Amino acid sequence: MTLRSSLGRVKGLGSAKEGVHHWRHQRLTAIALVPLALWFAMSLLCKVHADHATVVAWIAAPHVTVLLLALSLGLFWHLKLGLQVVIEDYVHSPFHQIVAQILLRAFAGLGALLAVVSILKISLGS
Amino acid sequence: MSNRPLSPHLQIYRPQLTSVLSITHRATGVALSVGTVILLYWLQAVARGPEAYAAAQELLGFWMVKVALAGWTWAFFYHLCNGIRHLFWDAGKGFELSTVYASGYTVLGASAVLTLLTWAYVLAAPGGAA
Repeated sequence: MTLRSSLGRVKGLGSAKEGVHHWRHQRLTAIALVPLALWFAMSLLCKVHADHATVVAWIAAPHVTVLLLALSLGLFWHLKLGLQVVIEDYVHSPFHQIVAQILLRAFAGLGALLAVVSILKISLGS
Repeated sequence: MSNRPLSPHLQIYRPQLTSVLSITHRATGVALSVGTVILLYWLQAVARGPEAYAAAQELLGFWMVKVALAGWTWAFFYHLCNGIRHLFWDAGKGFELSTVYASGYTVLGASAVLTLLTWAYVLAAPGGAA
């Protein structure tokens, strides 16, 4: 017999020690990235041999700036969620697990910041 | 505990399309994550100015980098196509075995065709041969 409530057993007791938050965010970013990544790939393809001024003018257009910012945030959040699970699955020592998870967050966070700052710098022109 | 056999035992377990495509989805995800470094490099070069941008374009045009980019292009299209396949599964559709195999072969074909079309365009585009 147990004194724990059903809710208490359900909350945070799965193998992942958490609920559907991760799963839901991975799917939401995936859905957002389908059109964003396709649009970006097509756009890059049209600018594959373009000069600097052409690329800057393209990025500086307000709708392109916004879509690139959305792509950057969605991409690095999706990257973090995906690699987090890969590390959870394949890194077995608790110490290396924590180190790898911290390094992943540093990479994803800094990558997203670098992308956002670069895009804004190009778009706002300086 | 540590000597107990794994099930399925991967060394004697015959690979199937389903399992191979599944692990490939994860592998392409890792490869694409590494590839974001190239994307960030290119983006910050644009932000730095014409000289940095010219240097980046030159580096990305180097043939060994182009081969890596071609591999990355396939990883991108594979992860995109197979990701859409996963989203259909998440919606509860396409679980019949015949459908799983059909969608699996479709993903392989589509990612190969899209990669070839992309690079045919890149190499044929004005200045592409350089």
